[in-house]
Amino acid sequence: MNSPTATVPAQTRDFRGAGFDFASFLFTGLTGLATWLILAILAVILLNILVNGWEGLSWHFVSTIPKKDFFEPETTGVLPMIVGTTIRVFVMTLFVLPVGVITAIYLSEYAAPLSPITRFIRAAVNNLAGVPSIVFGLFGVGFFINFVGKGLDALLPGAGSNWSHPSLIWASLTLAVMTLPVVIVATEESLRAIPPGLREASLALGATQLETVWKIVLPQALPGIMTGGILAVSRAAGEVAPILFTGVAYYMASLPQKLTDQFMDLGYHVYVLSTQSPNIEKTRPILYATVLVLLLLTFALNFLAILIRARMRKKLRALT
Amino acid sequence: MADTILQKITVAGPEAGTSVSDAKPLIEVAGLSLYYSASRALNAINLQIRPRVVTAFIGPSGCGKSTLLRCFNRMNDLIDHVRIEGAVRIGTHDIYSPSVNVIELRKRVGMVFQKSNPFPKSVHENVAYGLRLHGMRNKSELDAVVEQSLRGAALWDEVKDRLHESALGLSGGQQQRLCIARAIAIKPEIILMDEPASALDPLATARIEDLILDLKKDYTIVIVTHNMQQAARISDFTAFFYLGELIEYDTTRRIFTHPAKKQTEDYVTGRFG
Amino acid sequence: MQHLEQELDDLKQKLLSMASKAEAAVNQALQALVERDEDLARTVKEEDRVLDQYEKEIDDLAISLLAKAPLASDLRLITVAMKICHDLERVGDEAKKIAKEASELNLEPPLKPYVDIPRMASLALAMLKQALDAFVNGKTEQALTLIPRDKEVDELYHQLHRELASFMVERPSTISRCLNLMAISKSLERIADHAKNIAEEVVYLKEARDIRHPRLTRGEPAPPAA
Repeated sequence: MNSPTATVPAQTRDFRGAGFDFASFLFTGLTGLATWLILAILAVILLNILVNGWEGLSWHFVSTIPKKDFFEPETTGVLPMIVGTTIRVFVMTLFVLPVGVITAIYLSEYAAPLSPITRFIRAAVNNLAGVPSIVFGLFGVGFFINFVGKGLDALLPGAGSNWSHPSLIWASLTLAVMTLPVVIVATEESLRAIPPGLREASLALGATQLETVWKIVLPQALPGIMTGGILAVSRAAGEVAPILFTGVAYYMASLPQKLTDQFMDLGYHVYVLSTQSPNIEKTRPILYATVLVLLLLTFALNFLAILIRARMRKKLRALT
Repeated sequence: MADTILQKITVAGPEAGTSVSDAKPLIEVAGLSLYYSASRALNAINLQIRPRVVTAFIGPSGCGKSTLLRCFNRMNDLIDHVRIEGAVRIGTHDIYSPSVNVIELRKRVGMVFQKSNPFPKSVHENVAYGLRLHGMRNKSELDAVVEQSLRGAALWDEVKDRLHESALGLSGGQQQRLCIARAIAIKPEIILMDEPASALDPLATARIEDLILDLKKDYTIVIVTHNMQQAARISDFTAFFYLGELIEYDTTRRIFTHPAKKQTEDYVTGRFG
Repeated sequence: MQHLEQELDDLKQKLLSMASKAEAAVNQALQALVERDEDLARTVKEEDRVLDQYEKEIDDLAISLLAKAPLASDLRLITVAMKICHDLERVGDEAKKIAKEASELNLEPPLKPYVDIPRMASLALAMLKQALDAFVNGKTEQALTLIPRDKEVDELYHQLHRELASFMVERPSTISRCLNLMAISKSLERIADHAKNIAEEVVYLKEARDIRHPRLTRGEPAPPAA
């Protein structure tokens, strides 16, 4: 029997031939190339916007309510659009997070996994995710404005509010319906990541399922839910089609005051600037500046949400 | 039939070394069968667990020992398409009757799992979780019971200076003892343990076994284990299951020195299973 | 489980080899006595070493097997093996003693034709053989029947002592030789005792029944109702 300390003859010490592994090299190269390609495309887009829009960006620009002729640099401003976009994103979040999370909790914790109802709901959610944005816009008009709005008007007469018109609230709700699948999926993913042992431990101590979800499962899932929120915000901030008929206005002289007001929107404004302008040369800088503002706003909203999520994660890790 | 079973218990009576109180938690399994959809996992089990002793369930994988254990605190309810026939009585109540409050049941019957599952909270909050669930609010009361439970689980000295740090920072053996402390905090009468030491190293295992021997003074313990030497070390009675049937149930000494059934002998000597 | 079964088999085989050596030693010692064969007596005295060696090896093997925490019949086999090998080692020692006494007797003229000693010897040897057969075959009835025969050997022993005692009184010149014979009969009586012990061990091995010291009763805890 060979002693384990016997020396191995020199030529068998190399475990592989001295050949060059071309396949690995090629594959590594390709994946690196793909990554750089994506970064390059992103950089080109951002740089293009940055370069062209920088000159039009100013404090005056973002803090002024424009006159009706906002194609002229002297009378332009994007304050109402910033306000409109921001408010509608917030209101959307207010609705989509609770509804999405509760739906996800139902699907993940309460529903029997293979029952027909569960499968139906899941299929519905998946299909919802594939619906084109403009269809949501039409849905918003037909359901929220013409049905719910009219109903509310009938139920609450007088007081001056007028529900069956395009307004902030209906646009936000339409967006909420649109981004629901994103929140549901993200929430379900984070619920699924929680080991079942934790739930078992809680139940074995005499907790009800509700107590278990509320005290153990949900707190753990919060970062994941926030991810869903971030994704929803990112998508909704730039969407134009759903708000087209449900609340956005071509021009408003003042900022929106209540939920039943209409509003102006950055994304929509870009569309207007680029299609309705009498003098495209003069308007181009304004256009790019508006796009830049939209991007910056989206980044800012995302950044805020990411900050909140990071705080949550830190709290989860540290625990008291 | 229940009467004859109860009679048998009082006739057998306490023996040398077993100080057994006959009145209280006795788990009586009467003709219990359990089905997962169409397949039968337990077949007409008849068994009685004596109070304040350690009873071990042994048998090869899939023999139904964990399934039976989970019947005692109705954790099997969490699985879909489970059907029960027969009865499980704790004290005098059939725990599967519709009038039974499962929450109350799980207060009386605690469970420790194979893989330790402390909550991602502090040590203190882990132990206090059950107490808070059942209404305890007073801070000093909570602190006192938490300390008592941690002492009871032989963990106090190791965690007393880090009560408010995360439970996930403890070692595997410590986490499992924390789970035991968490379970005994709400003062159950029965503790069910499903292979509590199988994921631990030998030293941690030995500490858990020692703890179990201490705990049996105050609690009735039923432990599922695939380690026969462990069952021989810590249990007073042992039940051997195979393919959903109870093959033999006797004092541990008899099962491990001269079992009556050849199947038991073969399993215990490692000739199969 | 093959390795453990193999080791348990090794244990059994070693025990059986030791048993046949012990039996042979007793046979040879008696032959040395009856035929006044000094060479044979010397052989028996020297070969006792082998039995001592067996005892150590079997104990060693048994301990290492115990460390593997065997249960049920395996556990009983190992503990019984340790006890039987001890009994066998003592049987060997008794054979050696008989050989020593035989050597001393060989230095002097023969006393009288041996009648009782060979009778005791054949009884003791038969018991030993039967006990060892029971171990090999697992037939506890064999073991059980030989246990009462120990009384026969005891009676022969006492009878022989009475005879030798009166013989010594009548012919004082034979005292030292009679003492040798008394010692030999004592050894034979002890060999029969060891055979009985082995029989009791065999019963425990097979049936997990401890039949030693029947005057002591021991209650077993009752099984839980099921």
